Amino acid sequence: MASPNPTLDTSPKVSDEVRKTTCYMCACRCGINVHMKDGPDGKKRVAYIEGNRDHPVNKGVLCAKGSAGIMQVNAPSKLKAPLLRTGPRGSGQFKEISWDEALEIATSWLGPLRDNAPEKLAFFTGRDQSQSFTSYWAQNFGTPNYAAHGGFCSVNMATAGIYTMGGAFWEFGQTDWDRTKLFVIFGVAEDHDSNPIKMGIGKLKANGGKVIGVNPIRSGYNAVADEWVGITPGTDGLLILSMIHLLMKAGKIDLNYLSRYTNAPCLVNETPGSPEKGLLLRDGTGKPLVVDRKTGVLEPFDKAGINPDLAGSVDMDGATHRTVFQHMAEHFLSEDYTPEKVSDRCGISADRIRALAAEVARVAFDEAFELDQPWTDFRGERHEKMLGRPVSFHAMRGISAHSNGFQTCRALHVLQILLGTVEVPGGFRFKPPYPKPVEAHPTPHCKSQPKCPLDGPHLGFVRGPQDLALKEDGTPARIDKAFTWENPLSAHGLMHMVISNAHAGDPYKIDTLFLYMANMSWNSSMNTSSVMDMLTDKDENGDYVIPKIIYSDAYSSEMVAFADLVLPDTTYLERHDCISLLDRPICEADAAADAIRWPVIEPDRDVRGFQSVLVDLGVRLGLPGFVNDKGEAIYADYADYIVNHQRRPGIGPLAGFRGDGSKSGRGEVNPDQLNRYIENGGFFVEHVPEEAAFYKPWNTAYQEWAVGLGFYDKPQPYLFQLYVEPLRRMQLAAEGHGDRQPPDHLRQRIIDCMDPLPIWYPALEDREIDEDAYPVHALTQRPMAMYHSWGSQNAWLRQIHGMNPLYVPTKIWEEKGFKDGDWAKVTSVHGEIRVPVAHMAGLNENTVWTWNAIGKRRGAWALEKGAPEATKGFLLNHLINELLPPKGDGLRWSNSDPITGQAAWFDLRVRIEKSRPRKHSKPTTSSQVSPVGEGPTIVQKKVEA
Amino acid sequence: MTELPATTQRKLGLVIDLDTCVGCHACVVACKGWNTENYGAPLSDVDAYGADPVGSFLNRVHSYEIAPTGGGCSQTVHFPKSCLHCDTAPCVTVCPTGASYKRSEDGIVLVDESACIGCGLCAWACPYGTRELDQVAGVMKKCTLCVDRIYNENLEEVDRVPACVRTCPAGARHFGDLGDPDSDVSKLVAERGGFDLMPEQGTAPTNKYLPPRPKDRLTAQPVDISSLTPVAEEPKGFLGWLDKALEAL
Repeated sequence: MASPNPTLDTSPKVSDEVRKTTCYMCACRCGINVHMKDGPDGKKRVAYIEGNRDHPVNKGVLCAKGSAGIMQVNAPSKLKAPLLRTGPRGSGQFKEISWDEALEIATSWLGPLRDNAPEKLAFFTGRDQSQSFTSYWAQNFGTPNYAAHGGFCSVNMATAGIYTMGGAFWEFGQTDWDRTKLFVIFGVAEDHDSNPIKMGIGKLKANGGKVIGVNPIRSGYNAVADEWVGITPGTDGLLILSMIHLLMKAGKIDLNYLSRYTNAPCLVNETPGSPEKGLLLRDGTGKPLVVDRKTGVLEPFDKAGINPDLAGSVDMDGATHRTVFQHMAEHFLSEDYTPEKVSDRCGISADRIRALAAEVARVAFDEAFELDQPWTDFRGERHEKMLGRPVSFHAMRGISAHSNGFQTCRALHVLQILLGTVEVPGGFRFKPPYPKPVEAHPTPHCKSQPKCPLDGPHLGFVRGPQDLALKEDGTPARIDKAFTWENPLSAHGLMHMVISNAHAGDPYKIDTLFLYMANMSWNSSMNTSSVMDMLTDKDENGDYVIPKIIYSDAYSSEMVAFADLVLPDTTYLERHDCISLLDRPICEADAAADAIRWPVIEPDRDVRGFQSVLVDLGVRLGLPGFVNDKGEAIYADYADYIVNHQRRPGIGPLAGFRGDGSKSGRGEVNPDQLNRYIENGGFFVEHVPEEAAFYKPWNTAYQEWAVGLGFYDKPQPYLFQLYVEPLRRMQLAAEGHGDRQPPDHLRQRIIDCMDPLPIWYPALEDREIDEDAYPVHALTQRPMAMYHSWGSQNAWLRQIHGMNPLYVPTKIWEEKGFKDGDWAKVTSVHGEIRVPVAHMAGLNENTVWTWNAIGKRRGAWALEKGAPEATKGFLLNHLINELLPPKGDGLRWSNSDPITGQAAWFDLRVRIEKSRPRKHSKPTTSSQVSPVGEGPTIVQKKVEA
Repeated sequence: MTELPATTQRKLGLVIDLDTCVGCHACVVACKGWNTENYGAPLSDVDAYGADPVGSFLNRVHSYEIAPTGGGCSQTVHFPKSCLHCDTAPCVTVCPTGASYKRSEDGIVLVDESACIGCGLCAWACPYGTRELDQVAGVMKKCTLCVDRIYNENLEEVDRVPACVRTCPAGARHFGDLGDPDSDVSKLVAERGGFDLMPEQGTAPTNKYLPPRPKDRLTAQPVDISSLTPVAEEPKGFLGWLDKALEAL
């Protein structure tokens, strides 16, 4: 039967209007075009979301999460109104109350704390993208207890990067995708720089470049890697140190780069027993000194015309000083780092390690090239060309989330610097406002007194023991014990320790726990079952041990059920936000950029953007910065704050369209600023001049451009810190020097771990447990199509990742006789779970893994109780403790990196046995009452008038 | 029986690069979003928040592990799959109502939903499993190659590509005329050895796949590590080398 082709409208109207804003389906923050259509009531509805082609982050593309944003806005799990707890904590029983009542309750709880003991408020803001604002609020409240989620995410990478070279990956910098020929990627959380890395890998491959993936699991980026190195978890640092050993031994390092741009020629005091031992020789103004190879004379590092000598040495005042480079040579050429020595531990053959190092050396040195672009360095020397070394690296959580993660991240940064491939064409490039050395960042502040703001920003970078957040009596000033001897460089705080410490009253008790957007009773806490117990535990009087809990979330998450007062947030399409240069920027290496979110739809529920609620609370509490001398509100809401707040004169949350709309970076307040952003597609971009595109820390053209935009107030060229003095200062204290002394039980650990040159040591937990009893490493990965818990409430995304078996490598699969459909008992030193298993061949032979945060508590996220996420889904968190196993000394040892406090999620070791098939994974958790009911059975939606 | 056109003026289709696809499912969801709002009935989801959610998708990504025949470690391949717009499409010839048809102008295979009785024969006939009967609308859904985008004058020219191609972050999806040997997609297929999926089925698919490049080659042959020859065996010798190297700078 032949019938004529039916008539087809191939040019249908796409939408009635396109509104451009910023995605929030993960932390990547892409630009999106939200297509709006008129609904039956004439109101505009979201019909379709696509990437914004003009946007600097995603240039038009969009991931699965981003395109599924419409189902987040339509999710049945959205909270509808403020909630006051009526049943026991954890039950999910609430009554809806008005905003006035909710804010009055919150004010009545918080006001007396501010008047008497501000530290009794612990305010932690989770996956907050407005930290410069939320920290401003906390600072004006006066509590020292503020941080976001960095401590349980990737603080090791960020901190190691700042201390080593003034920035790390993702928000700090990126590969030079146009020119790189070899890209080496270590374990990665996909939502960190999500679309740019996918775009970059595509571009690299189209250019004929190669990808090496170092990861225990061959999925995602590792699936497309030309070379997969299935390393044993927690040993990345050892592999990198072995590569450094080989490269250094073969002279495959960039001596010119090292002598000019790093502290390799700086001079280390070697006097035994001296309080200066291990510190760098400086002049009277504090500038590090180097030997000028031309004259043999000591000179400040930045003097014009000098040639800093990597091989120099100086005897002064009876003290011998040799260069950092000579110390590095001794350190890295040690036999401890030969491929043969590290091979077994890393699970990689010595030949393969050699091949990797040789390939890196070949591309860095044999494929070096020059760009015809003159530039002038900070010593005033003009260079006619820019030398490129087309090798680049990337890493995030995979190597960060170990108790040896800081030193591992340090090792990776040092490897890049030794190759001379940072801030050069083809290598790794910083994104404005980075690079910024430690000196450009604040120190931490913790001095809290009633009715007063805190004495400065909470978070910062300690230079030495004097900057630790300790009270007069030496006890921790912060509830999370950040910036203490247990983890002195904890630049992002330790959100994962807050509930545990508050419950233990260690270092003190608090009154109110105020959380935003962090699922701390579920997938964002280690030791989930115990955390739920801590949140519901009562004292001898029958009162909750943690007296009050306020929580803000847009959705009916597991944490909602544990709050006393719930402040319902909006979805990302219903709110104002700013993606600020003062905060976690979205710049590109070639451009400074920032962006906004704005309400492309109005909420259809009684909910408010959390930041506007904080403004309101700030006014009700009379916080400085939120009320004027007469006690009147300074800002009406968050949008008003975004436009009118000035951190320094002329510098506000948004850099674009300032003054009369023509000023960038610095400029007066522009009342029309948000409209200008909206007209421009929701973002602002200012390009880096070509002369300033590389060598940013040392390039005078870049430094001047950065000052012009207000990133800092005067040029501040600096040297990369191969040798990190603040670490050495901590060691000196542990060796007995100085007034501020660590407790005796921590001295040796500080000396062992805080080496000023990168080292590797086994995970802390490995030292406490019998490795033979728990021979298998266990990891989680975040799927590319999900973000934390949020994806499960999304009808489209949960069809992609609704299940999370434990993936088992061939060796264990065969040893244990597993078959498809089997279940396993998985035991750690802390607990056991029973879960479904699946076979995976592309997996390190001693590693099992599962997808992160697929498992859900019954009753949460508006899912039906029989949803697979709530029946077979599971969390590895039950097997991980926030504390190390007790050592019998009565102390609570945190399961965190001893330098930064980074949560050591990936140190987990387990044993695995076959168990009988089950209907439900174990442990089972009682269900919570859903304050929003369950989602509809059928979803079939097209927006039509 | 429905007849296929003897020839088509163009052969529009996709070229999917299996060497670059990271398996992120961006194409799956962009497709779902566009085609829910556009061609025919919206793509529904049944038991959307329940125990066994089943939705209509026109494009899905499957992941496979492959053990190389010559030994070596397992490789992972992400495999996006949608209608391949075959020249000899069995889904068209099996259709009892004429609802399934192949356009003579560009070769796109479509379902005229107003004529579809939801009998499912076409899904049975398709050897690739790329057709899904929408559980709510009761009509057969399949990839339209975004026929309502690629000619759409309401879109900027640069956006007149299928939604999956526009959104793919890795650039693993390419759209064009595979009937024109000079088109970019045809050249890509020629350069990279693009292949037909299951050619033995005789369907003559228009879509092509580019194979993954050879992997794990670094230690497959003896590696040249001469670049790693130590400059000296002793620490003292290393400093001697350093001195000489610094002089040469």
